[in-house]
Amino acid sequence: MANNSSGSGLDAGVYIPHHLTNLTYGKLPAGYERVNADGNVTELTSSTWTIAQTAEEAADMGFMAVHLDSLGWSLFMGILFSWVFYAGAKKATSGVPGKLQNFVEIMVGWVDGLVKDTFHGRSSLIAPLALTIFMWVFLMNALDWVPVDLIPAIASTLFGLEYFKIVPTADPNITFGMSIGVFALIIFYSLKIKGVSGFSKELALNPFNHWLAIPFNLFLEVIGLITKPFSLALRLFGNIYASEVIFLLIALLPFYSQWLLDVPWAIFHLLIFPLQAFIFTVLTIVYLSQASEEH
Amino acid sequence: MNINMTLIGQMISFALFVWFCMKFVWPPVTQAMRERQAKIAEGLDAANRAERDLELAQEKATSQMRESKEQAAEIIENANKRANQIIDEAKEAAKAEGARLVAAAQAEVEQEVNRAKETLRAQVSELAVAGAAKILGKSVDASAHDDLLNKLADEL
Repeated sequence: MANNSSGSGLDAGVYIPHHLTNLTYGKLPAGYERVNADGNVTELTSSTWTIAQTAEEAADMGFMAVHLDSLGWSLFMGILFSWVFYAGAKKATSGVPGKLQNFVEIMVGWVDGLVKDTFHGRSSLIAPLALTIFMWVFLMNALDWVPVDLIPAIASTLFGLEYFKIVPTADPNITFGMSIGVFALIIFYSLKIKGVSGFSKELALNPFNHWLAIPFNLFLEVIGLITKPFSLALRLFGNIYASEVIFLLIALLPFYSQWLLDVPWAIFHLLIFPLQAFIFTVLTIVYLSQASEEH
Repeated sequence: MNINMTLIGQMISFALFVWFCMKFVWPPVTQAMRERQAKIAEGLDAANRAERDLELAQEKATSQMRESKEQAAEIIENANKRANQIIDEAKEAAKAEGARLVAAAQAEVEQEVNRAKETLRAQVSELAVAGAAKILGKSVDASAHDDLLNKLADEL
């Protein structure tokens, strides 16, 4: 949500991209020309691991870079989830449960029901996987409720960091990281349940069961398979990124009028954030149940 | 919007968190839930059993109550019968005693009468002789009229 100290008049074309740039730590190649804040250019004599000072630098780092903010907050949220649920699970008794255990049991029971409705195989992985995805994604989404300038302001005042973007799910790296994990599980379950031949047959002989249609079938099925992680990752990323952009736009309004749009938008996301987490979870379960069911 | 090693980092942390959840969160919670389910089922069973037991006990109690009522009624009836019997017996005894007493009294009276008659009989000849002597103005020899006097005494 919004609060900018300098009031209105900020350039949206600067303000928004600035807030959407990650704190990137990566390797700049030798001979790279860095433009300093004062406009001077320094050429790097050797390849250096450093924090990107501009968006261009972050882009030029290529693959050899890490978004410290996304990954850090993602880890923090994952640890928060694990810690809370572990605290609840450690003291779990079959007697009268406490408040924390109640909460943990509600979530576990709900996810268990969700998985049992869809996934008919026996697996000790799917249900905890679904619980982790739901809670983790929701917690990461929930960071979007933090006022958009609050954490970046702290980061810049205390640590002098130029860029700081805290919502991990508004970073495609994070959403793709999870969806590729799910994709790996899809492949693993397909091969485990159906075997190599069964899985290849499914890819080659669906939807038209004729040897002449094999190339066409393969094309369709492989596209369908590849689409799964993309749809998972991009749906989540797109939704949360868009929400973030709207929050940033609202933050550009004069401070006295921000609440008019900010409050309804934040309340609306009481629905959106759990819903996106829920969709990711349910689709994961559905994909994995498809992968482990023979046709 | 750069794709970089963050992706790999996220994949690793994803795997770690899922593993942690699968290893340390899911099993104890589901086990606790299962155990509680079993406990609740047991409790409900016990409640059902207790209800059935209660029903049985109530049935037993009613039947015992009925039985004891019957017994009590029987005892009272017997007692009444016995009381009547005792009363009857007492009446009989009283009647018999009464009769006996009456009979004894009558016997005594008869005895007294007989005794009086005997006395009278013994004295009648004397009286008759004395009477006759008074009438005749001279003494009468009683032995001369023994037969007549005895006849007179026997008539009494």
